[in-house]
Amino acid sequence: MGSMIARRIAIGLLTLWVVSVVVFIGTEILPGDVAQIILGQSATPENLAALRAELRLDEPAFVRYFDWLGGMLVGDLGVSKAGGATIASLIQNRLSNTLMMAGIVTLISVPLSVLIGLLAAMHPGTRLDRIVSFGTLSVISVPEFFVATFLVLILAVQLKWLPSIAYLSGTENAWDLIRALALPVFTLAIVISGQMIRMTRASLLNVLATPYIEMAILKGVPRKRIVLRHALRNAIGPIINVIVLNLAYLVSGVVIVETIFAYPGLAKLMIDGVQTRDLALVQACAMIFCTTYVALILLADIAALLFNPRLRHPS
Amino acid sequence: MKQTIEAKTVGDSNPDAPAGKRIKLSWVGKLGLFIVIFWMVIALIGPYIAPYHEAELIADDSYLPASSQFLIGSDYLGRDILSRILWGTRTTIGISLAATLLAYFTGITLGIAAAARGGWTDMGLSRVNDVFLALPNIMLALIVIAAFGSSIPILIATAGLVYSCGVFRVARALAQEISVESYVTAAKARGEGSWWIITREILPNIMMPLATDFGFRLVFIILFISSLSFLGLGVQPPTADWGSMVRENMQGLSYGSWAAVWPAIAIATLTISLNLVVDDISAQSGGELAKKMI
Repeated sequence: MGSMIARRIAIGLLTLWVVSVVVFIGTEILPGDVAQIILGQSATPENLAALRAELRLDEPAFVRYFDWLGGMLVGDLGVSKAGGATIASLIQNRLSNTLMMAGIVTLISVPLSVLIGLLAAMHPGTRLDRIVSFGTLSVISVPEFFVATFLVLILAVQLKWLPSIAYLSGTENAWDLIRALALPVFTLAIVISGQMIRMTRASLLNVLATPYIEMAILKGVPRKRIVLRHALRNAIGPIINVIVLNLAYLVSGVVIVETIFAYPGLAKLMIDGVQTRDLALVQACAMIFCTTYVALILLADIAALLFNPRLRHPS
Repeated sequence: MKQTIEAKTVGDSNPDAPAGKRIKLSWVGKLGLFIVIFWMVIALIGPYIAPYHEAELIADDSYLPASSQFLIGSDYLGRDILSRILWGTRTTIGISLAATLLAYFTGITLGIAAAARGGWTDMGLSRVNDVFLALPNIMLALIVIAAFGSSIPILIATAGLVYSCGVFRVARALAQEISVESYVTAAKARGEGSWWIITREILPNIMMPLATDFGFRLVFIILFISSLSFLGLGVQPPTADWGSMVRENMQGLSYGSWAAVWPAIAIATLTISLNLVVDDISAQSGGELAKKMI
């Protein structure tokens, strides 16, 4: 058991290492010269030479890679192209904003999804179940910005309940903060709940189709007790797995939602970096997002191992 | 009825072929199929039936309401929204289809190669694939676009390669499952070459599960491409594309303009319908395997 978890962690670390190589190569081997791209077409030869020296482009790529990786490990993320601020200082605030949003989304969507999934699985084939199935299929079939557009249209434009932009100045009171966060949080919660509800329902229905549940039904155990006492225990592993996997999905979700609502989070910072081609900034943000993602997937794997003893002995 | 009989005769003449089965769509599936076909037709003829060119600036005012000149209003630059949606259909569907085909070509070729060769080829390809699967798609795309900028060929290549990882896994698993079937062993015993075995025994038997998987994958890619366009990193102006149209006209929402809503509805109708059709088909044709592996 311990050795299997250690193996997973080792694979996770290996993945992260390959990720760092991919991120580095992806932003390093460019058509043309990095210095040229950063300074644009109008750069003078002197400026180019100066920047090349500053970026140490004349040194071999693998030396620069290990420098970059070493800096990354001790929190030295390099300097942003725009304004020359250190990337660590740019990221600090943004990261806590993003974590706050993701945390609130998790607190709202996880209990709600499990509850709705359970209700749908307890009454399969009923009108409630069909509405849940169609609703969640629709949500997972449309892009995040579709959900956001409609929420803005209804809640911000028609009803005027909420602001359509989630700008944070850092000085607003609690009420304004809640109002500003409401639309992005609501959008993300809807988007990630769709898949979680479907999978919760599916895992529970899977268990409900087993012989021991049939046995329980035949001996007259009430439906509620069958689901909550007999079935849920065996479905809890897959459900936790799905929840963690969907939290990992938040990584892509925040990219879209922060852009729509101009929320000052890490993803917005990264998108701005991509648009201005601030490569050092993009590298740092990509590493943070990928590390979170890999860590969450690892957690999902370990949870699955803990809850399902059969997985511990692969044949 | 005729179809059933044909399928049966084909099945008789070639015992290795998957059992022919007539697929009967539910009314929801039929509605979905109708909408998908509708958009495919628009993708072909859209530019010819559009009242204006996609980039034509017609009015000086932005966000005009619906009128006889603009059937569903104008956008932030005073262009006709209906025309841009009709032109954009071709861009959105064209790029997504091209990327899906690229993903399939790469994924199936490598997946079957890995399953057929086994050993180190399989190990190497699978490990590399696992790493790419362990990354958020959007992050890979952002890195590529930060490096190379955004253009339609880059978009197709990025989406195609990112999504080929999923195809690789499905194709490899399916091919592995088939390659231990007795008819493959029999073909090997007859002394058939691996090319013959791949094209005549393995490919026909993984076609149906892969076809449903193709539908799901196409939906993901449409969502992926429109999300990138929505972020301003996909199709660049003035080319019309549904995702970028939503982005351009988001501001108009607060003036009560539906300029951003129409293209959003276009995307949603296409992707939901595609999902409904594929759901319907896979529920009846044993596509469960492919569905589980997505």
